[in-house]
Amino acid sequence: MRTNAVQGGADEGRSSPERQLADFVGWFSLALGVPQLTVPGRFARFIGVHPDRRSRTWTRIVGIRELAVAAGILTQPRPVGWLWGRVAGDIKDLTLLAVALESKRERPSRITASMGAVAGIMVVDTIAAISMSRARTRVTEEGEVEVRAAITVRRSPEEVFAFWHAFENWPRFMAHLDSVQVLGDGRSHWRTKAPLGRIVEWDAETVEDRPTELIAWRALPGADVENSGVVRFAPAAAGQGTEIRLDLRYRAPGGIVGSTLAKLFGEEPEQQAKDDLRRFKQVLEAGEVVRSDGSPEGTLASRRLKQRPAYPLPGNGAAAQEKTPQAAGRTQP
Amino acid sequence: MRANCWSGRNTVQVETVPDPQILNSRDAIVRITSSAICGSDLHMYDGYIPTMKRGDILGHEFMGEVVETGREVDTLKVGDRVVVPFPIACGHCNACAAGLFSVCENSNPNAGMAEKMWGHSPCGIFGYSHMLGGYAGGQAEYARVPFADVGPIKIENDMPDERVLFLSDIFPTGYMGADMCDITPGDVIAVWGAGPVGQFAIASALMLGAERVIAIDRFPYRLQMAREKAKATDTINYEETPNVTELLNEMTAGRGPDACIDAVGMEGHHAVGPIHAYDRIKQAARLETERPHALRQAIMSCRNGGTISVIGAYGGFMDKFPVGSLMNRSLTIKTGQCHVQRYLRPLLQRIENGEIDPSFVVTHQMDLEDAPRGYEMFKNKEDDCEKVVLKPQGGVRAAA
Repeated sequence: MRTNAVQGGADEGRSSPERQLADFVGWFSLALGVPQLTVPGRFARFIGVHPDRRSRTWTRIVGIRELAVAAGILTQPRPVGWLWGRVAGDIKDLTLLAVALESKRERPSRITASMGAVAGIMVVDTIAAISMSRARTRVTEEGEVEVRAAITVRRSPEEVFAFWHAFENWPRFMAHLDSVQVLGDGRSHWRTKAPLGRIVEWDAETVEDRPTELIAWRALPGADVENSGVVRFAPAAAGQGTEIRLDLRYRAPGGIVGSTLAKLFGEEPEQQAKDDLRRFKQVLEAGEVVRSDGSPEGTLASRRLKQRPAYPLPGNGAAAQEKTPQAAGRTQP
Repeated sequence: MRANCWSGRNTVQVETVPDPQILNSRDAIVRITSSAICGSDLHMYDGYIPTMKRGDILGHEFMGEVVETGREVDTLKVGDRVVVPFPIACGHCNACAAGLFSVCENSNPNAGMAEKMWGHSPCGIFGYSHMLGGYAGGQAEYARVPFADVGPIKIENDMPDERVLFLSDIFPTGYMGADMCDITPGDVIAVWGAGPVGQFAIASALMLGAERVIAIDRFPYRLQMAREKAKATDTINYEETPNVTELLNEMTAGRGPDACIDAVGMEGHHAVGPIHAYDRIKQAARLETERPHALRQAIMSCRNGGTISVIGAYGGFMDKFPVGSLMNRSLTIKTGQCHVQRYLRPLLQRIENGEIDPSFVVTHQMDLEDAPRGYEMFKNKEDDCEKVVLKPQGGVRAAA
């Protein structure tokens, strides 16, 4: 199994293509913002708008926005939001220019040229934003989304392996898994919750099984969501237990658009994989998934955005305990 | 039940909320008999701790009686009298195994939030924001105590609550502040802040063999308590003698204190108006999260090769950190939220032996219903307020 990701995530190199493009766009914002803020009248005239008070004010406002966006893009390691912010800004600029074209017909040819320029840069901005969000989720050469996470657990590789090896245990720590049924012969049946209350089911097979070291599995052909995964175990240094490295791959329904949409609804595959490992660690070390008043289902990515206030749950706590976390589904085993 | 809830900056309200229930099998429910207001509660009250939500129950210094236990709790039974440590710790992860309970790896379900701010997550804490777990606190009639088989210490003597209550936080916190100074006989220790934690840092430094302990604060009543109760050998009111570093040099014949304890944290004050204003404005504008006057001064004052022990609470990012002084003069910084579980037994022993009676810090006792008034008094240092103990079950005795 290859593990090299074609587009490294995180901070793997400032000089990756998507980073270079983002830097270009960032400096471009800065180069626009400075004259807009300092000499708004001359800037307005340059783009073909009459430099009256109103247009000068608007130019300044746009300038402040450009500088803020430039700061965001140039300083953040993965400024996906800021890049989309630029695209939104472009749309607004086009609107402003269209309004100017309607009201004052000073130099319509200049304004039209300016609109052309904005439309051009909008294409560049969109490409920058999409490639940066792609870089956020690793995508392999085969076009699969790859999610990785790792954790250290204070248990021997034998114990950790045994727990993972019993597939029925997985729903205890994988938040979106409903059930795993072992069918024998290395095969198992998986049920998971997907967005909009849908249930996604598939059969999977174990493709590699090396006691205390590794378990690899993949969905059998015909699954709604093509997916595979491998979990590796290694003894941690100085008797600190076991290092667990999880590597999941799936073909997101709807490709990059689908996964971007999923993110808009609070789905963060990397964070979810990390959370699942954290829950796994809690189960093995502390005995079960740890609950609080703010996060009654325990560690859960979607819960971070909508915490309950930290006072006790009303009603029957035991019921809360049994409740399986409800959250939009994730396309992983 | 009734509980004291955070309801926005500078507002707490005693509200009726559902009773707590067992959520995990290692939980216990405690009926709270005493619950103190901590200096760090003021950081939330003042609005400097992010990820608070309207309705969050505050309070992390409490004790009471066990009324229910989860099926995995075999160390406690209903009726036991317990003091609950403020850090929630599982007892089984690598951090807990190393005695670093306040960085327990399992007790913060919202670890992802803390990781965004701090890189890695510490433990969960009762009533101390959502990035530290979103756990309901103990300024209430009842509390759910997770990992009850590891945290709470059973009190089997009949001492009044006030004598053992502070094992939950401020006594061990002050003690750890002194412990981190690796005191050897003859040492001079300077302690910034004569609030309740500072008082215990002073008393502990003396217990651990310091020869001279210098308390630094701006409230005469707190310095008086440091002198008379915690037995500080010297006190400095920095509003009267603003050049603290110079004064410390004079006291130590130019060396500086062997170790400096910062028991102030993120909302420090500076005697010089413009300097105070600088950090106050930056903090209000959220350009830094700290007003680290005490820490800066502690670093500048410490002797070459000495130790800075930080037990005052900080939240995020500070400005004008004197790293040059730290590096060039071979200073060591030690810090941490207190690993309370590590100190519970030895410190209870010291209380039972009569080496210390921690109740000396208590200046006010109030009904839980009066919590809002308690916060205001404590914040504004009204009526020489040093420590407020709330009584959720009533039975407040006349003012101390």
